[in-house]
Amino acid sequence: MAKLKKALKKLVRRKANGAGIHETQHAIEQFLFRQAELLDGKQWQDYIELFTPDGVYWMPPEPSHTHWDGMPAIFAEDRNLMTVRMKRILHPDAWSQRPLWETNHVVSNIIVEKETADEVQVRSRFHMLELRRDDVRHFAGAYRHTLKRTREGFRIKLQRVDMTNAQAAYDYVIQAWV
Amino acid sequence: MLQEQIPDLAKFVEPDRVRREVYTDAAIFDLEMQRIHEKVWIYCGHETQVPKVGDYYTVQIGRQPMIMVRGADGKIHVLYNRCPHRGNMIAGDRKGNTGEFFRCSYHAWQFHLDGKLKNIPMMEAGYKGTRYEKDKSDCNVKRAARVENYRGFVFASLANDGPTLKEFLGKAIVAFDDMCDRAPEGEVEIVPTCFRVIQHSNWKIFLENQLDALHPSVVHQSTGRAAHEVEKEIAKRTKKGEAPLSYHMLSAFATVTIDKWDSFQTINYPHGHCILTGYMGLRPRDPDTLAYDKVMIKAYGQKRFEEIVGVNIHHVLIYPGLSVQSPLQQLRAVRPLGVDRTLTEIWHFRLKGAPEPIYRRSLAYYNLVNSPSTLINADDLENFWKCHQGLSSDAGQWVSFARHMGRDLENDGVVETAPNCGTSEAPMRNQMKAWAEYMRG
Repeated sequence: MAKLKKALKKLVRRKANGAGIHETQHAIEQFLFRQAELLDGKQWQDYIELFTPDGVYWMPPEPSHTHWDGMPAIFAEDRNLMTVRMKRILHPDAWSQRPLWETNHVVSNIIVEKETADEVQVRSRFHMLELRRDDVRHFAGAYRHTLKRTREGFRIKLQRVDMTNAQAAYDYVIQAWV
Repeated sequence: MLQEQIPDLAKFVEPDRVRREVYTDAAIFDLEMQRIHEKVWIYCGHETQVPKVGDYYTVQIGRQPMIMVRGADGKIHVLYNRCPHRGNMIAGDRKGNTGEFFRCSYHAWQFHLDGKLKNIPMMEAGYKGTRYEKDKSDCNVKRAARVENYRGFVFASLANDGPTLKEFLGKAIVAFDDMCDRAPEGEVEIVPTCFRVIQHSNWKIFLENQLDALHPSVVHQSTGRAAHEVEKEIAKRTKKGEAPLSYHMLSAFATVTIDKWDSFQTINYPHGHCILTGYMGLRPRDPDTLAYDKVMIKAYGQKRFEEIVGVNIHHVLIYPGLSVQSPLQQLRAVRPLGVDRTLTEIWHFRLKGAPEPIYRRSLAYYNLVNSPSTLINADDLENFWKCHQGLSSDAGQWVSFARHMGRDLENDGVVETAPNCGTSEAPMRNQMKAWAEYMRG
């Protein structure tokens, strides 16, 4: 894991200033792939640290929603709330975390939508397979990341997750970020 | 085998315990649907879900697929979602607008929004000499036997006879009064998002958990502690030394000890309805609350305002299918899908005329506790599943509800738990008492 962290740090530290579109595309792809690995590896603190201090993870219940603030949301979490979620998951009495639980994220179809000196807006598609006890569930949809360029590399200002399953009934619930 | 025992169902329920088959047997489930859910008043939805003519929502009542629709006359009708011709559902979507009438997608029979037949294609040529030439009374979409609306909350009963909605609700009607009275305009409106979560357990396990005041300290310790730690960190960092109220709502699951839960009270009414008191500390003296108080006093006057905000409710359970958290303007409608599968439909309401921060405060609870990413119900549902699985075991025949039994105070059919017995299993005893009465048929 230490190796993974080191690689990630090196990668996000690389400045995109002056880099060509291919370099930006490549750097963003690597960022999104590492993000998926952090989730699947249950590296929750490292995942939270990918966000800017005011960054937000948002999963709207309907694709028509245009902002997270003041709206019903499946997730609308800043770093404080993300920390609550992480601490809950790690608590020994989080009963629903006791059984076998693994995920596998695949991220693809990565398109840079907008790029300025400070920010990049990028959309992509994801597919997550979840194993809980003997049951497999699939969650899939679109990410839209607003990434900020910082000295440490890209940081997430807003991660919007439009899950295709979002409007269907949930068989059980979702315990961690998708 | 159990079918033969069903006439003796009374033997399945004793004052302090219930036979496990009550939760696991499919034949008993069918009988429950027939004798309870398809008879009593079941919550369909709120009138603001269907504001315009032709707006509809589908809803399950017992085993019956139903439609709640806004009629041309502005009234809300509740119809069976079944074409009288060949049985096709006349509304295929969960919600929508059907226009001025329903048109069956199979053979184009048309119906007015109150269910009455509008037109059958080829009526003259196709049905000459048939039973329909003389009498088309079979050609209407069947309507729920009774529909009533209390302060915007629409209920239907599939039985012609029985108590009126108000008689059925009795004092549990406070669920809707408490919610609506907290609005300066005396009304609430739906927030148009419904969270739907399926649990793999019998419907009664969910209902029994709602007023089980012992479980939060055991089950929700993890979230309570996590929230409490972050709450303290935020308080340290901010000038005012306070974290947003939403953290308190979560941390209370750990900071409210079992002793404290015992100091709350349950009040158990006829028909299985119950209330758990304990108001979650939603009346701090912060500027948002004070601004809200001002609007409320202007609308109601000081005396009535005090009465309204003084109502001490955590949860109201309307048996057999509705759990209302009136001070937070949210409810969960419980739809049994099978003996071991239950759907909850979770809604949030806006207090009409209240300042925006009050809506946001309860919205935070809705998102954190009641959304599909719930920090609370994840552990409940885990227990419900384990309960249901465990009940298939032959190791024991009974489920026990004996906690604080014998200390209940009964007066005029209403059972109140004794002081410092808030964690009593009186609500479960009360629900099963109603269950046994209904199941006698």
